[in-house]
Amino acid sequence: MLNVGKIEEGFVLDHIKAGKSLSIYHHLKLDKLDCPVAIIKNAKSEKMGAKDILKVECDINKLNLDILGFIDHNITVNVIKDGNIVAKKDLVLPKEVHNVIKCKNPRCITSIEQELPHIFVLTDEKKEIYRCKYCEEKYGEWE
Amino acid sequence: MRHLMSPLDFSVEELDKLFDLAGDIERNPEKYSKKCEGKKLATCFYEPSTRTRLSFEAAMYNLGGHVIGFSDASSSSAAKGESVSDTIRMISCYADICAMRHPKEGAPMVASMKSHIPVINAGDGGHQHPTQTLTDLLTIRSLKGRLDNFTIGLCGDLKFGRTVHSLIHALVRYKNIKFVFISPDELRVPDYITEMLQEKGISYQEVIRLEDVIGELDLLYMTRVQRERFFNEEDYVRLKDFYILNKAKMELAKPDMLILHPLPRVNEISVEVDDDERAVYFKQVQYGVYVRMALILTLLELV
Repeated sequence: MLNVGKIEEGFVLDHIKAGKSLSIYHHLKLDKLDCPVAIIKNAKSEKMGAKDILKVECDINKLNLDILGFIDHNITVNVIKDGNIVAKKDLVLPKEVHNVIKCKNPRCITSIEQELPHIFVLTDEKKEIYRCKYCEEKYGEWE
Repeated sequence: MRHLMSPLDFSVEELDKLFDLAGDIERNPEKYSKKCEGKKLATCFYEPSTRTRLSFEAAMYNLGGHVIGFSDASSSSAAKGESVSDTIRMISCYADICAMRHPKEGAPMVASMKSHIPVINAGDGGHQHPTQTLTDLLTIRSLKGRLDNFTIGLCGDLKFGRTVHSLIHALVRYKNIKFVFISPDELRVPDYITEMLQEKGISYQEVIRLEDVIGELDLLYMTRVQRERFFNEEDYVRLKDFYILNKAKMELAKPDMLILHPLPRVNEISVEVDDDERAVYFKQVQYGVYVRMALILTLLELV
């Protein structure tokens, strides 16, 4: 069994779907920060069978966690201070998502003007539907 | 500053005001003939569209304004690779308002985000064509006297027809509208629209033959069934006559049922129907000019 030590200050992202931690690492732009990060893949989980965990030792305010809500709002965010969990953050679906996913509609203006930001807007919170701000195509329609 | 990207950008109350203004323009054209003196409309048409462009140009000239612009991408700086964002920044220095048509969906939205002048979406690919929807609504309101309490049949290509989709979305905001969708199975209205109607508890039915329902309709919105939409020629030949409106079918219709069509008409409405008082598709073109005049005045805040 692999052991990764406690962190003193930072946050732990728990209950990440197995295999998804690296994509979250990139979405949170953790590669741009020079703080210590532990990526744990396929850890045993009673609830999920297998899960990924990310441990990040840095000020939580440095990160935009909105995107986590978009990727998977079942992820648990534990805020750590002095080695203890001091808060759990609830994830909500962000109203807009910028430059995380791309519109794949070949008729969309973003298909010919590459410098445009890819913006998706939450149009149905219940059904978790995001649509391209420009062409209104549903995300996932062209997957 | 406001733009028009979708017919739903205006509330029902704002649309009422716009249509009241269009009605006053129709009755008193002289009163508005100098309202836009010294103002310029830029028509930025990245793909050819004679009717919509001419309608915008006629609207601006009727208001005493001027028109500049281009009528296809090859004669614009887009041919040199200029982005929509850069073009609109430049146009903002030349004109007071812009009508933009673009083959790519969302291009007018991109323009509106960078523009210093109001932008009107004059059609973006298969996405939106809000001034056509405003034209349809004004025609119905002017000739029927209301936008609620009627049964509307939408006939033809209901799958790909953006004018049909926009009109449905605009009409669901009014009370007691019943929809009858008349199309071959291949060209049925998309599921997301019928799901939306179910969610809102709005009554609709889907049928294949126009004759079966024409007698129930207060309005009939015709669109073209295009040969290339069918998988095989046999199906096209079998079904096409169901969607051609002729005198015989009109005999089954109510005496005050109105026929609308976004035009161009090819053969889906037989020319023998043109003289029928209920055929209002050419009047619709005139209402298109009035509603664009009202829109230009509203967006330029000249009323």
